[in-house]
Amino acid sequence: MILEIDGLNFRYPDAPKKAVDSFSLQVPESEIVVLAGASGCGKSTLLRAINGLIPHMYAGDYSGDVRVGGSSVKASSMRELAQRVGFLFQNPENQIFMFTVERDIAFGLENLGVPRQEMRRRVDEAIGLLGIGSLAQRAPYELSDGQKQRVALAGVLAMRPKLIILDEPTSLLDPKTALDFVDLVANLRKDVGATFLIVEHRLDLLVKVADRMVVMSSGRKVLDGSPSEVLMGDEADGFGVSIPAVSRVQKLLAKDGLAGVDRLYDAEEVAAIRQRERR
Amino acid sequence: MIEFRDVAYVHPTGVRALDGVTLGIRGGETVAIVGENGAGKTTLVKHATGLLKPTSGTVTVDGVDTRDTSTAALSRKIGVAFQNPDHQLFSESVEEEVAFALRNFGFSRELVEGRVSWGLELFGLAEYRRSSPLILSGGEKKRLTLACILAWDPAVVILDEPTVGQDALQKEKLGETIRMLSSTGKTVVVVSHDIEFLWPLQPRVVVMKAGRVVADGPAKSVMMMGQALDSARVAEPHLVTLYRALAQRPDSPFVGPHEARAWIEGGSAPH
Ligand SMILES: Nc1ncnc2c1ncn2[C@@H]1O[C@H](COP(=O)(O)OP(=O)(O)OP(=O)(O)O)[C@@H](O)[C@H]1O
Ligand SMILES: Nc1ncnc2c1ncn2[C@@H]1O[C@H](COP(=O)(O)OP(=O)(O)OP(=O)(O)O)[C@@H](O)[C@H]1O
Ligand SMILES: [Mg+2]
Ligand SMILES: [Mg+2]
Repeated sequence: MILEIDGLNFRYPDAPKKAVDSFSLQVPESEIVVLAGASGCGKSTLLRAINGLIPHMYAGDYSGDVRVGGSSVKASSMRELAQRVGFLFQNPENQIFMFTVERDIAFGLENLGVPRQEMRRRVDEAIGLLGIGSLAQRAPYELSDGQKQRVALAGVLAMRPKLIILDEPTSLLDPKTALDFVDLVANLRKDVGATFLIVEHRLDLLVKVADRMVVMSSGRKVLDGSPSEVLMGDEADGFGVSIPAVSRVQKLLAKDGLAGVDRLYDAEEVAAIRQRERR
Repeated sequence: MIEFRDVAYVHPTGVRALDGVTLGIRGGETVAIVGENGAGKTTLVKHATGLLKPTSGTVTVDGVDTRDTSTAALSRKIGVAFQNPDHQLFSESVEEEVAFALRNFGFSRELVEGRVSWGLELFGLAEYRRSSPLILSGGEKKRLTLACILAWDPAVVILDEPTVGQDALQKEKLGETIRMLSSTGKTVVVVSHDIEFLWPLQPRVVVMKAGRVVADGPAKSVMMMGQALDSARVAEPHLVTLYRALAQRPDSPFVGPHEARAWIEGGSAPH
């Protein structure tokens, strides 16, 4: 297991209730896990407890344990964690601050003392993967918000962490770039065996590549299964999970006995049901 | 209501963010602006509020050139929720955040109180009334900026990526709110990459690319443009894809899943 969360509880100072409540999760290597749930249910807080911001930078009541690659997060330094866990903030402005895009992407590598040549190679590769070559010499704070998100993503990928946790990575990406990003996630898993835990509300994009969906509500884990189990089940709606439009149609057809629920159909398959019915 | 005439904007750094935009937004319209990252959508929005002035061309609001008026005067008419909520939140408490502009506009104490409660209730933030905006989650911050704008009841509401951080229920509520605003005659402009959110609203859709408007029309025609959408890096809605995949199909694409179900299960072929 690359990530193990055991009975984690966290309450922010003075908060009336826990933001994360008795949460446990085991993620094996190379899995792509999507974490969904209502706004304010504790998703970003859980991610902070994996990259070490909690408990190292945030005060609060903490109990339980989080281990990355076998070592406990609370016993590891932020520096060690930075090498092991790649983290994308929900707001990209929280992680871009250098004078040029290129320097920004290199920042984490410089900190780790990666040799110059290797650094050059990784920065160029990340720039290529996110399609931001034309922005390389520009100042990150003079970019559009979606461009900033792409720079922040490039910075995370350049570090080549084994575990990559992303907080709404497609929220500011244009629709085609968001689709390219989903392919990128699938390729990184295939080529280097990276593990992903991705918080996302736009599930229509990610369901194609995700192995597993975990749903949170009021700090607790309430659903955990394959994307089809979660999205075709009766409970997802109540937890604020966005069921993709084609899956909604599939669900309606399933109620009338015309479609299965064992996997998610694409548009062609749903359309084929009409052809079948008319015969 | 808002007229952009051949508007170009060049940043001090030399980046040409708008390159000849001509666009008229009429009172009462619901308009979606879509297009690739860096296309100029946010820059365009900043011109509507007078925050940026065109390098060439003109922007007028109700016939008045934005160069001849103050952003304060414009902001009474046009409320904008910007893409990044962190740039918009600065008060000590959530309720103060909403009340601030209202008091500035000279609303009475009772009206301020009523509007604040209404806004916080609408966006599910009532329990955070006395909390600092800084401790809110990403989606909660975004909703707080929406509550602030709607509370002062401007004639034009511009929302830059309002669905960021919003779950399905919040998006549904936001969609309802947009419908409610438009039914009361407000002008609503939504900048968004979330095509699945926009589609059921059936807005007028303006597609931008490299600082220009490359398509403009009702959702049902613009979202069917295929190739032209692709080149602006916009994906068509999933229900349009489903509609295309059907060998025989109704005259226009499905707006909601129930329409699609009805057609698949019973709609007769058009011949
Ligand atoms: N402060 C700035 N200084 C210089 N250039 C900028 C600045 N802000 C934006 N730009 C550039 O202006 C162009 C238009 O940016 P804008 O923010 O309007 O895009 P957008 O369509 O809103 O994109 P997104 O979908 O990513 O939000 C881009 O090329 C961007 O890099
Ligand atoms: N620094 C903080 N101090 C106190 N409370 C906080 C802090 N950050 C978040 N909270 C609260 O903890 C709860 C969980 O917040 P979190 O940011 O984890 O939610 P989320 O699931 O990521 O939501 P969203 O989808 O809107 O980003 C919320 O009620 C929020 O108001
Ligand atoms: Mg969050
Ligand atoms: Mg923008």
